[in-house]
Amino acid sequence: MEVFLTIVFFTIFWAAVAKYGPILFTKQPHDDLVRCIFLLTAVVCWLFWLCCYLAQLNPLLGPKLNGNTIRIIASSWGNPIKEG
Amino acid sequence: MSKWWSCGSNQESNSIFRSEVMSLVQMYLQPEAAYDTIAALGEVGCVQFRDLNAKINAQQRKFIGEVRRCDELERRIRYVTAELNKEGHKVLDLMDDFPPAPQPREIIDLELHLEKTETEILELAANNVNLQTSYLELSEMIQVLERTDQFFSDQESHNFDLNKMGTHRDPEKSNGHLGFVAGVISREREYAFERMLWRISRGNVFVRRCDVDVALTDPKTGNVLHKSVFVVFFQGDQLQARIRKVCTGFHAHMYPCPSSHSERQEMVKNVRTRLEDLQVIINQTSDHRTCVLQAALKQLPTWSAMVKKMKGIYHTLNLFNVDLGSKCLIGEGWVPKRELELVEVALAAGSASVGSTVPSFINVLDTKKEPPTHFRTNKFTRGFQNLIDAYGIAGYREVNPGLYTCITFPFLFAVMFGDMGHGTILFLLGLWMVIDEKRLSKKRGGEIWNIFFAGRYIIMLMGLFAMYTGFHYNDIFSKSINVFGTRWVNVYNRTTVLTNPTLQLNPSVATRGVYPMGIDPIWQSASNKIIFLNTYKMKLSIIFGVLHMVFGVCMSVENFVFFKKYAYIILQFVPQVLFLLLMFGYMCFMMFYKWVKYSPTTDVEADTPGCAPSVLIMFIDMVLFKTETALPGCDVNMFPIQKNLEMIFLVVALLCIPWILLGKPLYIKYQRRNRPAGPVEEVDEIVEKIEVTTGKEIIITEVAEAHESGGHSEEDDEPMSEIWIHQAIHTIEYILSTISHTASYLRLWALSLAHAQLSEVLWTMVLAMGLQMNGYVGAIGLFFIFAVWEFFTIAIMVMMEGLSAFLHTLRLHWVEFMSKFYVGNGYPFTPFSFKDILIVVEDD
Repeated sequence: MEVFLTIVFFTIFWAAVAKYGPILFTKQPHDDLVRCIFLLTAVVCWLFWLCCYLAQLNPLLGPKLNGNTIRIIASSWGNPIKEG
Repeated sequence: MSKWWSCGSNQESNSIFRSEVMSLVQMYLQPEAAYDTIAALGEVGCVQFRDLNAKINAQQRKFIGEVRRCDELERRIRYVTAELNKEGHKVLDLMDDFPPAPQPREIIDLELHLEKTETEILELAANNVNLQTSYLELSEMIQVLERTDQFFSDQESHNFDLNKMGTHRDPEKSNGHLGFVAGVISREREYAFERMLWRISRGNVFVRRCDVDVALTDPKTGNVLHKSVFVVFFQGDQLQARIRKVCTGFHAHMYPCPSSHSERQEMVKNVRTRLEDLQVIINQTSDHRTCVLQAALKQLPTWSAMVKKMKGIYHTLNLFNVDLGSKCLIGEGWVPKRELELVEVALAAGSASVGSTVPSFINVLDTKKEPPTHFRTNKFTRGFQNLIDAYGIAGYREVNPGLYTCITFPFLFAVMFGDMGHGTILFLLGLWMVIDEKRLSKKRGGEIWNIFFAGRYIIMLMGLFAMYTGFHYNDIFSKSINVFGTRWVNVYNRTTVLTNPTLQLNPSVATRGVYPMGIDPIWQSASNKIIFLNTYKMKLSIIFGVLHMVFGVCMSVENFVFFKKYAYIILQFVPQVLFLLLMFGYMCFMMFYKWVKYSPTTDVEADTPGCAPSVLIMFIDMVLFKTETALPGCDVNMFPIQKNLEMIFLVVALLCIPWILLGKPLYIKYQRRNRPAGPVEEVDEIVEKIEVTTGKEIIITEVAEAHESGGHSEEDDEPMSEIWIHQAIHTIEYILSTISHTASYLRLWALSLAHAQLSEVLWTMVLAMGLQMNGYVGAIGLFFIFAVWEFFTIAIMVMMEGLSAFLHTLRLHWVEFMSKFYVGNGYPFTPFSFKDILIVVEDD
């Protein structure tokens, strides 16, 4: 569900950029050059984000960390090491 | 492509999707108004004149005399400029606010002025040489008089006659007394000089010499001279004559030199006085020359601009036909259609300025000639259009890839260059040039600077997109930032962590959702990050590459529709795009499907990470009809009907090859068989009637040689064998290049990997060293190490890596993208424009 909402959010965001970007940022929103720029930007940025997101949706392997890194992450990023 | 993109038919749009609609206009100029009219057109700068006198050599054209006069004026301007450069004044060409083209009668005044200035400078130069020569001689005499003191003090004890004035004049015969000759000789000649003196006198001369320490200057060349003072002591008149000849032969200058000390002192005083007087005269001459040059300096850029404009006008008039019968000049030129009104206004202004009662006018001709290609670029699109034009100028009205390059170019660059830190540096550089562009456009920085400045919007966008891709790669100078909180948690307890030096997190239990934007920051610290990033970036490269190529193939539809070759949509476009999509589009689908299907948390054993197949191996098996042996518990297929679907895709893709090969030639063959017999020869005659002042009507027939005959396209005249060969070559090229170009897009991954690793090496080997230092010495050391790191960051990571990524992006556009649809066989529109003539890039 979270995955679906994230994809919907970013898709709507970039669609809005493509549609309303020319209106908000230029005085000639109907100029073909401006529309082409915003539409292409939205498409390539959305697809780039999507590939990055899907690549991590189901990771097939995990990161290999050394002990020092695990301890640093535990203290810095709030991933405490369990006792035992 | 949807109709939304077809903006070629919109005449009012400012798009560069297609080149401007061009018109061939025929101009009739009144002779008295011709000069002013061409001057007005030069200011507007939207007419590219055709040469109607191509068969006439340059020396026989009508206005060759005027062109020669302008050449002479330019020569004089260059001479004065060179003289000013000698004085240390840099003559700067105007960059804006150009003066209007001068009237022919105004140029007479300029001619006289320049002639006077040049003559004056030449006379001053000649006078200066004379004065400098005299100065040199007197300087040398001073040296002779001063240096010979030590010579004579040695000789006075030898019964030297103190009353003699030296033997350069009529010496008295004195038995037993020594005579002498004194002078100055070049240092490089003095040894040969001495040897010669010994030979002619059989060793009976005594030579003394001394170097001249003061630097002397050659009056003609300005070079520094190195000379020596010499004195030759001898006995006898006969020997004296020989010695003087030797001195003359070696270009030694002989000077009078009294033998008594008191007389030498008196002579030195006199010569010094003359030297001082001469120096005053030289200074006055130099001041006068400076005044003359200063007077010219202020006006020289204006004169230069005026002469260039005038010369350009006469060169253009030489392209016109001179019709002696009806007393008018006839010219032809290409004009963008929407600027025809400007041309008419310029013609009216030209006629009005001379008060001509007979107007000059233009006719729009209908012609089969290929017009030049003109894109109305602005400061933003000009840089991108230059990138495309460097590969080839678009054919007339051909789809222009420059429009889409505005975004695809900086984006593909950013995929390779992705790093937020380096991207920010690049963005700020471009932003500075954009914000400050009014001031910087007047800067004279040389050719390299002009290239960078012309590409400032490219640089800014490349930096901006590199920040975006860098954020997703989670890479800032090779370090990551934990913006949204890592989704990986450590599930090992303390004992396990302390016992094992390295631990790998299990994705089935160690993940808590998906990192929403970009790569999870934990990967930057992982020792196996390259494995993970490589699989991600390789898939990314193929996906964007295939999309880019499909986009390019789709552009060919735009051309087919526009040029009304609808059959080629079925015969060329459909099989091409089918081949691309069924083979490599399917590969992209497999990539996405693999991302979604195989999960570490699945309940189905066949969908676990261990069973995830390699997309590349599956693709190869598809082509080779092979079947892999599935691991225990795994399914050999990604989805149930995969084998059948792949078989269908492969068969259809293979059928596309003969489709591309045979479709077009067979269609052309069929078309020719159904064509009416014999080509219809159309003679392109234009009959114009011109009413002159006398009221007579004169008919002028423009013969066919000025225009192309016939109404055929290139294809209709090509023999069938050529068409078959071309189509075979095209088919082979397309099929093979689809495969090699897909592989070529992997450079997006390769350069991205190289950039990231280089950045990490720079951090690890340079800055990290400074951060590990301790104490106050460490703080000071870190200061310098940071400077080194920053220098390498800019010099290597931004400049060199940026250039490398730029060139690879350029190749991806020129070869991989544009080869799908772009012909690029046009020629550029080069209008007669004063701005183009006057704004010249300086070679520093």
